[in-house]
Amino acid sequence: MNKNYFEILRAGINSTFQDLGRSNLYHIGIPFSGAMDKRNYLLANKLTGNDHNHPVIEFAYQGPHLKYNGDKINIVITGDVSFKIKNGDNLIDGECYQSFILENGDELDIISTNKSVYGYLAISGTFDLKFQWSSCSTNTKAKIGSNNGEKLADNQKIKIKEINNNFVNRKLNYVNTKIENIRVIKGTNFNYFSEEGKKIFFKNEFKVSKLSDRMGMRLEGKKIENIVDTNIRSEGLIKGVIQVPADGNPIIMLSDHGTIGGYPKIGVVVSADYDKLVQLTPGSTIKFQEVDLNSAETLFKLYDLETQNLISQI
Amino acid sequence: MIKNISNLGDAALYCDFGKEVNKDINTQVIKYFKTIQKKNIAGVNNIIPSYNKLIISFDLKKINFNKLKKVIDNIEIIKGDSIQNKKFEIPVCCEKEFSLDIKRLEEKLKMKEEKIYESFFEKEFFCYMTGFIAGMPFLGDLDENLRAKRLDTPRVKVPKGSIGLTEQFANIYTFESPGGWNIIGNTPLNIFDSTKEKEPNLINPGDLVTFKRITKENYQNYHE
Repeated sequence: MNKNYFEILRAGINSTFQDLGRSNLYHIGIPFSGAMDKRNYLLANKLTGNDHNHPVIEFAYQGPHLKYNGDKINIVITGDVSFKIKNGDNLIDGECYQSFILENGDELDIISTNKSVYGYLAISGTFDLKFQWSSCSTNTKAKIGSNNGEKLADNQKIKIKEINNNFVNRKLNYVNTKIENIRVIKGTNFNYFSEEGKKIFFKNEFKVSKLSDRMGMRLEGKKIENIVDTNIRSEGLIKGVIQVPADGNPIIMLSDHGTIGGYPKIGVVVSADYDKLVQLTPGSTIKFQEVDLNSAETLFKLYDLETQNLISQI
Repeated sequence: MIKNISNLGDAALYCDFGKEVNKDINTQVIKYFKTIQKKNIAGVNNIIPSYNKLIISFDLKKINFNKLKKVIDNIEIIKGDSIQNKKFEIPVCCEKEFSLDIKRLEEKLKMKEEKIYESFFEKEFFCYMTGFIAGMPFLGDLDENLRAKRLDTPRVKVPKGSIGLTEQFANIYTFESPGGWNIIGNTPLNIFDSTKEKEPNLINPGDLVTFKRITKENYQNYHE
């Protein structure tokens, strides 16, 4: 019986269920999807006592306003997020990376992410969700995943299948840092661009455009001139690839991207910088910095070690 | 054969089979794809075949470029092992409401509508790859005289089931999506079904496809 549920008073801008995503499906046109900022996703689950591949609600900018009905439950929010909990007449200011107990009738109002894009809501329990290819991750473009492949809507109910009677108060001292320098490895079509274009790519600043979402981040800056061909034969894409179409403005492929593309690849964002990259809000400026494969591998090891250290502190 | 393997970022191998696009090269790509898929190499999380490239992405926590490159360099593709081609006949209705760009194509190709359809419907197509959107098949090759460029301004919404042409290829929009291909008809057949997890795609790389013209009445009463 689903006697425990959230009622959605306001769904927020782009609130979806996410976990670690799905693999080995690119060849049929299905990308990874999954939580955009993996570190904050993993921390949310660890703070609620869940295993590492457990569905959470990801929200962007403005999160959902939820009313809780049921037995008491622990919740955690990660990211850089302002939220309030309403318990009767008490209005409590929420703090990220700290568990809170919700009781029957309490309201959780996730007001906004601060100078960042994504935040995560995890519960000490299990949402009642449909999985596709072993993942709940919602891909709204392909209509795949939980909630019929749609983002959460107003007045909907979010059912909870199970609550872990785990009311340990967990807390982590962690502050998200922002980066402006995104490290990249040169792409397979780097030589399609003029010397001037290559210089612009590594020396100039680019602005994150409003037309950015879970599929891709569009950038605006000085035009990167292509001297070979503005199209290539369509071929596979992966997360982090930076394509430059004819207009000369780079687009970075993010978790829900199309699996095949026909624009030249000028570079690929290193794995170590992906979590920080996706948190850059429209209007932020970024600069690309070239690194080689060895350095990229070391950077990833360090970043992953840092994540593991944070997890082990919980 | 793979001509060169390079890294695409820090978590993918880029296997280059050359510049040409033809069935033979693509068949090689598909053979590699199937062999690597069967090997279940630890850490590999996606293998993406296309016309003449194969991209293999991996989990950097489990394997890295140099280690995986060694495995791929030494992989043996069984000779003479032909890929299994399934054959499909896709019903297409070409009524005005579905053939959004046929007039444009008449102008671009300087050919009469009937001639375009005649040439299109007598062709047997080969599926080079699927993707961009889930299940979309990239089919080739169109005769030289049917090859046209993409629309100057792509449509924001191409209806589900639309059959599009561009350059030497035809494709099918598996669901409503933005797109810039020249639309000549629509199929009532469901090409992608996310509820069939084992085989969501009707058409897979290596399959052979022909199109069959149907009337509007057939289209409306179509049951799979």
